[in-house]
Order: sequence, then C-alpha cells, then structure tokens
Amino acid sequence: MTHAGKGRGGGGEMLMVPKDEPRSYYGRPVIKSPVWKPEIPWYLFLGGLTGASAMLAWAADVTGNRRLGRNAGLICLAAGTGSPVLLITDLGVPARFYNMLRVFKVTSPMNVGSWILMATGSTAAIATAHEVLGLFDRLGRGARGLSALFGLPLATYTAALLSNTAVPVWHEARRELPYVFAGSAGASAGAAAAIFTPPSDAGPARRLAVLGVFVELGSTQIMEQRLGELAQPYKDGPAGRYAKLAKGFSAAGAALIAARGGRRGAAVAGGAMVLAGSVFERWAIFKAGFQSADDPRYTVGPQRARIEASDRHV
Amino acid sequence: MSASVLETPAWPSTYGEEAKPRMGFFTDTTVCIGCKACEVACKEWNNVPDDSQGFTGESYDNSGALGANRWRHVAFIEQRKSLGVTEAAPDSLVQEAALQGLVSDSGIDTREEAGIRWLMSSDVCKHCTHAACLDVCPTGALFRTEFGTVVVQEDVCNGCGYCVVACPFGVLDQRKGDGRVWKCTLCYDRLKDDLEPACAKACPTDSIQFGELAELHERAGRRVDALQAAGHADAHLYGADPDDGVGGFGAFFLLLDDPEVYGLPPDPVATTRDLPEIWRATAVAAVALGAGILATFAGAGRR
Repeated sequence: MTHAGKGRGGGGEMLMVPKDEPRSYYGRPVIKSPVWKPEIPWYLFLGGLTGASAMLAWAADVTGNRRLGRNAGLICLAAGTGSPVLLITDLGVPARFYNMLRVFKVTSPMNVGSWILMATGSTAAIATAHEVLGLFDRLGRGARGLSALFGLPLATYTAALLSNTAVPVWHEARRELPYVFAGSAGASAGAAAAIFTPPSDAGPARRLAVLGVFVELGSTQIMEQRLGELAQPYKDGPAGRYAKLAKGFSAAGAALIAARGGRRGAAVAGGAMVLAGSVFERWAIFKAGFQSADDPRYTVGPQRARIEASDRHV
Repeated sequence: MSASVLETPAWPSTYGEEAKPRMGFFTDTTVCIGCKACEVACKEWNNVPDDSQGFTGESYDNSGALGANRWRHVAFIEQRKSLGVTEAAPDSLVQEAALQGLVSDSGIDTREEAGIRWLMSSDVCKHCTHAACLDVCPTGALFRTEFGTVVVQEDVCNGCGYCVVACPFGVLDQRKGDGRVWKCTLCYDRLKDDLEPACAKACPTDSIQFGELAELHERAGRRVDALQAAGHADAHLYGADPDDGVGGFGAFFLLLDDPEVYGLPPDPVATTRDLPEIWRATAVAAVALGAGILATFAGAGRR
C-alpha cells in the first residue's frame, strides 16, 4: 500500500492523504466549518500591519529617521484602532467583548492575542500622543519601545491562533504559518510606510517591503511543500485564486519597489500592490481552512494514514 | 482501570473535597434501534430550539450532525454486507434477494436482514479528558465541572467561535440569532440533583448508559469480550483509551466499524497538545521579524 504516513514528531516528512478515498458518513464533514466572518482575514492583515509598524516606528526613531518613525507610528495607531473594531464585530455577542480580558490563558492564543493587541494599541496611542501633542512626558518616551516589544508577537500570534485548531491545513502548517505571517506583516508595514514617506527617508521601509515579500512567498512555498497532498485546499477554489493573486501582487509590487522605489510614484504603486498581496495572502489561508474543514477526506485521510503508519488498530 | 487514568487537567485537583466521581456515557451502538428518543428527550429537557433540515435522503437520518441545536444525533448507516447467508457477496440487493429466493411471485420480500446491515449510533459531546474547546476558550466560558464534564457557561460566552474549530469532533457550533456557542452539558443541572441525563433516561434499550466513568469502562470491556466471543470480531471500543490524542473520552462508544463510517474522526487529537511547538514557532518568527526590521536599517547611512 502507498499509505505513507507522518511519524509523530517527524521532521520533514510529508503528510499523506491515502490514495483510497477515505470513508465518511454520507460525505459529511467531521469537524465544523469556522464561524468566522470576513472581519477575521481583514484583521489578520491589520493586526500584522499594526505589529510590524510598531517595530518599524521604534527602529526609525532610534536611528534618527524622524519622518519615517512618525509615519510608521501613525500607521500603527490607525491599524491598531481598526483591529479591535473588526474583532468585536465578528463576535457572536459583541457587547461581551470585554469577557476576553476576564482571564489570562496561555492555552488560548485568542486570549493572549487580545492582551497583546490591547497592549500594542494603547502604548502606540501614548507614544503618538507624546510625539504629536507632547503629552505623557516620561511614559511617552518609553511607550514607543514598549509598543514595538508587544507589536512583534502581535504580528505572529495570529498564526498560532489558526494553527491551534482542528482545521487540517491550519494545524498541520503550524511550523511555517508564523513565518508566512511575519513576512506578510513586515511586507505590509514596509509598503504602507513607503507609500506615505518621501523616498529619501523611506529606504528602510522599501527594504522591509521587499524582504517581507521574499519571506512571505518563500515560507508559503515551504509550507505547501511540507503539507504535501494536504496543500490541495490552498490550490483549489477561492483559496487557490486568492493565493495566485497574493503571489502576483506581492512579487510585482516588491519588484517595482526594488527597481524604481526611489521615485515616489513607483513607491506608491508598488506599496499598494504589496499591501494588496498581503491582504490576498491572508484571505487565501483563511479560505483554505474552510475548504479543508468542509471535506472529510482532509480530516479522516491523514488520521487514517497515521493509524496505519503506527500499526495501531482503531 | 484506576481513577488516576481518568484524571483531567482540572478535575479532580481543583475541586478538592467538592469533587464528584467523573461521570460519563457509554454508548453501546450494537443495541441502538434508532428510535431517536435521546434526540427528543435532550431537546425537551434542555429547551434546545428546533432545527428541522427536511428530508436528507441519508437513510433515516434527517438531523445530519451534532450542532448548537442538536446535542444528541443518531446516525443511520446502511451497509451491504453478507451476513453469512450466502457465500459470495452479490452485486446488488435485488440479486441477493433473488439468490435467496426472496423474490416470490407475489412481489419482493422486504426483509431487511437479507444482505443489509444497519448500524445506528447516538452521537454526543465526548467530554474529553484533554478538551481542546476548553483550552482555547478565551473567556473561560467553557469549564470543567465537579463531575469531570465540560460545560459552556451561557452567561459568559461571547460567541468568538474558537471552540468551534478547536473541537476535533465538530460538536460545538454557534447558534444563529443568538451568537453564543452551545453543546451537550451532560445534563449538568440533572447531575446536580442526582438524576441521570435526559437521553440516557429516555433510551429504551440501554444503548446509552450513564454512570461513573471507571465503572462504565469495566462494563464496556465485558461487553466487547462477550460480542467478540459471539463472533463479532469488529466490535471495539472508541474513546476508552487514555493514551489517545484527547486522553480518552468522558463519553465513549462501542462500534462495529471504523469511526469515520459513523462520522467520527479515527484518530482525534486535542490541538493544544501541539501548543508548545506552536508557541515556540510563533516566538521565533516574532524575533526574526524584529531582526529583519532592524536589518533594513543597516544601510541607514545612505537612507
């Protein structure tokens, strides 16, 4: 039989869906489809933009690039304000959003993420209030660094949020997804800052956009390779279309910024394309989760293969 | 089976003196007659809203699957299986009927035992030892009761939907128009009054057996032995192994075919088992992002 399986804790082996069509109950899904609405992929994008912009703002401030620092800080604040709005409207009972903060639970990336988002957003607000309005004297000076510290995990925890589910294409991508999101977040922060900052001050932002796209596309490629046959949902249907758009827009935008980023017009156009690519990337991953949850072969297949590989009888 | 095998991360340790024995279900599908009394009793007792799906065409199953508005679900599986009546399995039921002389001049004998096997199974929340839904719940709405069961507090749940995708069995779901997530409570209110859950009470064949989990394990073991001795080699327990991916179920089953045939995952794993690895990758990626951003300033002199 060709039921090659994945050894527990095995390094680079591919996950296999057995060749025989897995059995199921009238083809019904085994796990539930996510109930998350379009707010979530948009938040995945905005949260990444917030987190990476926080770090970019701090690094620019520290190196004396005030204009870039201020712009990245404003982008961070804007995206960090929009993020909780998206998260709250997605809830089944939005008026109870504050229940997220009644506990601190490391087993729940969503809970940890709520705290991280709150910390990043509030410190970014204090830092910007200090810079623009001169408020919060000592606190204001330290806030930018704190927001960078919280911003980095804000940019990647959403990968933990998706991986920590029973959804096959998310859970089995747990080792690569954080890098896809880190790359995507960095690309979007660099692109957004490059759009609003004069080219003479936007060098680091442009380099970040290009480096981010490189990491985003590279780790997506590695993820799909490691998933093996389980990567199919990333290629089919709406997820496949979003993935193609993500690759096209990100690569073209990065190329434009790398080649002509010194000119404002090209930086704006390239930045917009990289931002679009980052949005499409999140949508691709989001949609692939639904597609893998809705088809029992992606749930049953790898589990059955695992059993056969381990000689257990179930 | 010793009591320690049945321990969950929060039970009995966090309850101290107030801990009750871990209670659960043993669903013996071999004696299920598909009457759906459990589905009805559950709905009646727990005031679960109507969710008629109409005709599905899937045997006698017109309710489909567990969900926010269905905490017990009876699966009906029709299998073409020679039950030792003929040597070779025929190509069709009609052919088999003909072979056995079931087609008489007056019409077709519709005795169902001829060449077809019925599997019926009442599904329910598994009340896992390592419950992913409970782990991922960001509000603490899901909790472990003093009976070792897993319950959603409806006055805390804010409908974030995380448990819906964390459950490897597709048990929990968001209720439309309500926004919150609902599932089997193992009749927490009845348990507090020393009553058995409504489904077990209503089950006319004792297919659904309620009791202390340790005792149910012993009873189920004896039942499997008896069935295998009687020639049912396929009879096996599903969810009784404390070493499985969820640490064993609080509500486990005796099945006659692979779990996936009943719509159940063959090797369910609580996603949080891999959480240390997930957090590690997330942290390393965050640090890499920080390093990457700093690196873009390496040439800051030339801007």
